[in-house]
Amino acid sequence: MTTSKATTSANTFGGIGGNLPRPDGTLKVRGEFAYSSDLWLEDMLWGATLRSPHVRARILGIDLTEAIAMPGVHAVLTHDDVPGEKHYGLDRRDQPVLAVDQVRYQGEAVAIVAADHPETARRAAKAIKVSYEPLPPVVDPAWALDPASPPIHPGGNVVRRQPVRTGVFLDGPGAPPADVVVVGEYEVGMQDQAFLGPESGLAVPAEDGGVDLYIATQWLHVDRDQLAPCLGLPPELVRLTLAGVGGAFGAREDLSMQVHACMLALRTGRPVKIVYDRQESFFGHVHRHPARMRYEHGADADGRLVYVKAEILLDGGAYCSSSLAVVGNAASLGAGPYEVPNIHIDAYGVYTNNPPCGAMRGFGAVQACFGYESQMDRLAAACGLSPVEIRIRNAVSEGSRIATGQLVDTPAPLAEMLAELAAMPMPDLPAERPGPDLRDLPGGVSQTTRGEGVRHGVGYAVGLKNICYSEGFDDYSTARVRVELLGGKPHVLVHTAAAEVGQGLVTVLAQIARTELGVANVTVAPADTRVGSAGSSSASRQSYMTGGAVRAACAAVRDRLAAHGPAESLTEILALTGPIEETREYRHRPTFPMDPFTGQGDSHTQLALCVHRAVVAVDVELGLVKTVELAAVQDVGRILNPIALEGQIHGASAQGLGLALMEEIQMEGGRVLNPSFTDYLIPTILDMPPMRLSILEHPDPHAPYGLRGAGEPATLSSTPAIVAAVRNATGLELPRVPIRPEHIALT
Amino acid sequence: MEFLRPASWAEALELKAEYPDAVPIQGGTDVMVEINFDLRRPARLLDLNPVAELSRWSTTGGVLRVGAGMTYTSLIRELSADLPGLAQASRTVGSPQIRNRGSVGGNLGAASPAGDSHPPLLAADAEIEVESRARGSRLIPATAFYQGVKRSALAPDELIRAFHVAPATGPQYFSKIGTRNAMVIAVCSFAIALHPRRRAVGTGIGSAAPTPRRAGAAEEYIAAELDWDSRAALDPRVVARFGELVAQAASPIDDVRGTADYRRHALGVLARRTLTWAWHEHMRERTTT
Repeated sequence: MTTSKATTSANTFGGIGGNLPRPDGTLKVRGEFAYSSDLWLEDMLWGATLRSPHVRARILGIDLTEAIAMPGVHAVLTHDDVPGEKHYGLDRRDQPVLAVDQVRYQGEAVAIVAADHPETARRAAKAIKVSYEPLPPVVDPAWALDPASPPIHPGGNVVRRQPVRTGVFLDGPGAPPADVVVVGEYEVGMQDQAFLGPESGLAVPAEDGGVDLYIATQWLHVDRDQLAPCLGLPPELVRLTLAGVGGAFGAREDLSMQVHACMLALRTGRPVKIVYDRQESFFGHVHRHPARMRYEHGADADGRLVYVKAEILLDGGAYCSSSLAVVGNAASLGAGPYEVPNIHIDAYGVYTNNPPCGAMRGFGAVQACFGYESQMDRLAAACGLSPVEIRIRNAVSEGSRIATGQLVDTPAPLAEMLAELAAMPMPDLPAERPGPDLRDLPGGVSQTTRGEGVRHGVGYAVGLKNICYSEGFDDYSTARVRVELLGGKPHVLVHTAAAEVGQGLVTVLAQIARTELGVANVTVAPADTRVGSAGSSSASRQSYMTGGAVRAACAAVRDRLAAHGPAESLTEILALTGPIEETREYRHRPTFPMDPFTGQGDSHTQLALCVHRAVVAVDVELGLVKTVELAAVQDVGRILNPIALEGQIHGASAQGLGLALMEEIQMEGGRVLNPSFTDYLIPTILDMPPMRLSILEHPDPHAPYGLRGAGEPATLSSTPAIVAAVRNATGLELPRVPIRPEHIALT
Repeated sequence: MEFLRPASWAEALELKAEYPDAVPIQGGTDVMVEINFDLRRPARLLDLNPVAELSRWSTTGGVLRVGAGMTYTSLIRELSADLPGLAQASRTVGSPQIRNRGSVGGNLGAASPAGDSHPPLLAADAEIEVESRARGSRLIPATAFYQGVKRSALAPDELIRAFHVAPATGPQYFSKIGTRNAMVIAVCSFAIALHPRRRAVGTGIGSAAPTPRRAGAAEEYIAAELDWDSRAALDPRVVARFGELVAQAASPIDDVRGTADYRRHALGVLARRTLTWAWHEHMRERTTT
């Protein structure tokens, strides 16, 4: 159920505001969508990867003899065969294409094989003999902070330390007097993006010495910019085309098999396909940073915040990936969307020999949100206020400043959102219905209860997420728009490099073109590197950025049409001019770095809010949880496509539910214990409840159409709202997510 | 890999005698996962799908004989009244797609301690019918079938043909713990079957020991304590003791799905709850008949 405050005039021919279905929807449901793993060429070879079984080890030698000798094997390559730069990375080039002399985490790629059959390739990879000398790993992030811990990379194990200091804390660490002080320590486990389409792609060698790569990724150009140096090729000889993406959620920001497939294709002169299986996929991409956090909140007797102190330690694993920016988010958003006069935050990202962690939906803001929202509930209890009231009393609004000193200069009606959320009707409680349906109870049809031990709880949480890239990054997108007559009728071709990762972007881009040009017939061309960069499908930014670029290119086309005078119809003009094509780059307003000592600075482009109410049924004897309902209010500035937007909020909420109740990569000494969907559990339809949504449209004057990025914010507040509801039902502290049954049943 | 497709049961036995290393495959929900992940590389697969009789059931002398290839979906549809415990367990297996393919025979062949069908088969005193060309067929009581983690009493030249079990004469319940509300491998599970005519109680514990097993001491205790002839409500102390005895019968371990302490605790809870449901149902039936 969704109610929209503002009325959006959904035009009849598929412009913005309309409930347009996505072109890939039916295909995906029917199993007919062509994913990158379905790519196929007649004469292609199959690649396979040999990975390290060790968490940390020196490589003493690699013997390829047996693998090369296997019939059907066309190439066996190691770091010696990397044609160019041997390292890559989004922010720091610290990750080897193939391990050089040492491995730093379990699953690190050591060698690659191309063979005429995938099975042959796998067998050949197994036939490679690597001699390792295991080394004692650093797996405790707290130890990694210690300068005495063995450095995993030159320069030590602290990837970034970002302080935030405001108010009295600019003068020193001493906290100001407060009537009420609450302290809590919290932990967030390692969540995985758990996309369904494993890493895969097809590299095709070209006659000009270059390579064409068909790939499921989030940002074609940043892949290319990392690939080309490693391949020793100029960027123009490395051409990428987006293949069908089966979900991303941040896990496709880093390279996985891209360089490997291209190396094998260039070496063998044959197309090479690589597809990870599910288990390999768990080692093939970064995860969400696990976090350990200590928070101290001081408030006056009325519950108004006096200060927030926080230490946030994020385990970045073996390579940098996006840790720098994740730390920046945790620090800058670490106090949440509250007015706090005095803030003292230290956020750290460290190297360990755990799996590399990087981008995942919510990106550093998720971990902090679990910390500060858990604290707000503690504070509410200590002040004798309701969870809603304590948040309303401290809520930011337009004109507030967040922890970085950045002015909230767009609508931020957090207090109103909370009031609306609290006023929503409560759902029926299943255990109180006569003859409850097992599917409504904790445990579902596994029939662990028929009402025994079930208690209900309600929890609230809010979250603050930055939209678009932050901290001075030159964030832009490019769009090419062409209008021409096809069969005598006007037709628009929209060409961008923006990755459709399942979020529905291609639908929205076509809607924008229709609205801007008044032409119903719009085609969105496949995304590739023949057009300029669109930036990443990350940070909830594509509707904003590539939407903005398409809108700008359409405006440029419109200007050229206007030169022909308003009297003539579009068809008449186009008959005269032939095709009209314009390309535009779109940039959001500039952002600035955080001060290295105080964290102050206008580091963010746009801030987005979401609030959740969770109602849960908890079997307190068994520790099983059924989320009965999630209700949310989110302000998106402007709704471009209601059905797609709701899908984003549902999905983000589900991913937050997963973190609250089940999703964790379990580790032991740096080893992953559950690299499968048998034991890495993600929510099913019986775990994810119906949602009650209210979507608000308070426009942001700086953004195209006033829109606010919408893909991530619900991921933040969903987790702490559910945990708060479980705490409400059980009376337990539950300082760690995901909550496991034994945390409830045996505490 | 050789793919053997016998057209009949006799031919299947011939092939199994000739190739004892051939891995039988029915729904493939276990075998194909192992092959796809390269955990197992059998030289031969013996496809039992063409043997139509395996997906049928019949009743002889008041005992059900259920073909090993009968899918969970068919079992739920056709045998829920006669085998309520097994039908409840079947409902918890995987997803609808898995239930459409998977079979009790496959569960028995894999002999995983976490297999969902084992606890209700144990509780209902089922017997497993196995057969070889050389020695013909034999019936193995479920209690003797499970011999270790993923090891059963099946000889290399034998195939599982069916299981035999009496239709329920009293209430049966199955409960399974998972950390999500569907599609989950058991953290632990428990089955109970009341046999009022024999004044006996059967139990089965899943995923809390190297093999599925019965809680013998708990069964004897509760069978003696229950006042079978009256409609007396259960004494909470008796229910609690039953739960303790069931928990004690388990030998759980810590693993990625749960801790030993939690498994033992949860088994006690499940035992108490399922016993209570079963006894209430028993009393209701006595009231109505």
